Amino acid sequence: MKRKRTFKEWIKSRDGQQVLVMFAFMVIPLLLLFVFTYLPFGKMFSFSFYNMKYVGARKFVGLKNYIKVFQRDDCFGALKLSLYYMLGSVVQLAIALYLATILSFKVKGGALFKGFMFFPFLINGIAIGFIFKFFYTRGFVFDTVLTWCGFNLENLPYWLKDQRINNYSLVATSVWRYFGQNMVLFIGAIMSVDSELYEAAMLDGANRFQQFRYIIMPSIKTIITLNVILSITGSLSAFEPPFVITDGANGTGTYFIVMHQIAHTQQKVGLASAMAIVLLVIIFVVTILQKLFFKYVFRNAEDEDPRAAKRRQKAIERSIRRQGRKEIC
Amino acid sequence: MLNKIGRGLLTVLKYLSLLFFSFVAVIPVVSCFITAFKTDVEYQTTNVMTMPQNWLNFENFTSAFQKAGMGKAFINSAIILVCVLFFSVMIGTQLAYVLNRFKFFGNTIIRALFLFASQLPGVAMQIAVYEIMYKLGFINSLLGYIVMMCGTDIIAIYIYIQFFENIDYSLDESAIIDGANYFTIFYKVLFPLLKPAIVTSCILKGVGTYNEYYCASLYLQDKKKYATVATSLYTFVGPLGSKYNLICAGVIISLLPALIVFILCQKQIYSGLTAGAVKG
Repeated sequence: MKRKRTFKEWIKSRDGQQVLVMFAFMVIPLLLLFVFTYLPFGKMFSFSFYNMKYVGARKFVGLKNYIKVFQRDDCFGALKLSLYYMLGSVVQLAIALYLATILSFKVKGGALFKGFMFFPFLINGIAIGFIFKFFYTRGFVFDTVLTWCGFNLENLPYWLKDQRINNYSLVATSVWRYFGQNMVLFIGAIMSVDSELYEAAMLDGANRFQQFRYIIMPSIKTIITLNVILSITGSLSAFEPPFVITDGANGTGTYFIVMHQIAHTQQKVGLASAMAIVLLVIIFVVTILQKLFFKYVFRNAEDEDPRAAKRRQKAIERSIRRQGRKEIC
Repeated sequence: MLNKIGRGLLTVLKYLSLLFFSFVAVIPVVSCFITAFKTDVEYQTTNVMTMPQNWLNFENFTSAFQKAGMGKAFINSAIILVCVLFFSVMIGTQLAYVLNRFKFFGNTIIRALFLFASQLPGVAMQIAVYEIMYKLGFINSLLGYIVMMCGTDIIAIYIYIQFFENIDYSLDESAIIDGANYFTIFYKVLFPLLKPAIVTSCILKGVGTYNEYYCASLYLQDKKKYATVATSLYTFVGPLGSKYNLICAGVIISLLPALIVFILCQKQIYSGLTAGAVKG
């Protein structure tokens, strides 16, 4: 008969060791995850039902904060600005894809071009704020470049003050910052396509455009989908450009800027929490809808020629395996 | 013949577009660089794109460095960077080890919890995190900021897990047969093999931490004592706000470390980003 083990024996056994190492290795990350993500998440939810500041008395107000979010025009109305950022992210993805297609093949000075276009991604946000305040100042960098191109300074708008144009100016800075990073991601995806596929296509007499349409596009559609989803949810929570450049003045206050000001300047924590929860719900719904949409679209695309899809899949798997091997070495 | 002309045109178009977008990417930074070398008089009288008379005029740099207290800021940033990188590498690799090597109830749940956490927008979360930081006494404390920044990010964990997947399990088994316990296996056998993944994730996390400014400005409010390099630039908001020759010098100083790291470690940065994105 098996004797019941004492705790000391158990901890020395393989099972015990396993539990011990799992506990030792997971307790800190899970604690951090709890304290800085899930605890605040829960708190935010409960804050949203109170009229409160960070310090001092709290008053339960039920759903009043939520009603306010939809009634105040500076709250929910600010989501309109997301449209600018969505437009910007479409432009950004298009530019990134175009440049990635060029740079994935042999180009003189390719690494240098890539480096130039990627570097803006590595500049800190506050520096970017100053760089673009300077860039857009009347008669400064942007205006000078435009006058080189033959524009007359008097016909140019004030890029950050003119409400007809300033949101475009801000979105442009975001495109400037991220198109290089997007491009690098796309290059990575294109490079993972087996080069045999290109050779085969060349032999079959496919031109550049056909190569793009039938080899590159299908094989990087996952990462494009991912980026489209990220950029749409990203535009809903657009924050950085107005925060560092205009501080939300002159009609550039996006939803998150307004939320930040309500929380940390006016200290209406309850209202800000309600705003955050509302946006999280919207992001959640939009993400699910998009995933369903892309699933539906791509299912139809696959139906066209299942054999081609299969062949492609195999080629991708092969190249992934090859890459994996390279990484170990 | 026609084909040849077409191909030539395409090549021209290709290089033109590369040149154009490179120009767009560098011009805001280059104009800043030019302005940083100008004296006050030059700055006020010449166009921003006119080259400075003296490329060795470092007066703005020294003055910006002193006015913004960047010496202190660099020390703070260095302390933060070293601590955050050390602890997040330890925590991240250990977590990835457990998630990759052990099958247990909750494995997928933990992965999902981390994935979901990474989807939550940081700015929104800080509304409630602020209250927690306040209660923990973590406002105006380097330690508090470091602890908060250590919260492991999903991209690093994915990079580590991917790497563990490629390390053969027979390595663990032979170590077990030799009588090693799991801690020894992790520290002596597997951890040294993880080096490339650690380098990649450190560069990414390092640049991210160095550039982080939102939480730094919320939780390290005492700008004299606790400014990081990024938040030290806030000195130039206000009365100095129109002296762009000074500001540009400050901006250039603040982005030098990132530029150096980028020039030295381009490959790792690119591959790290790609690895993180495909899985995440």
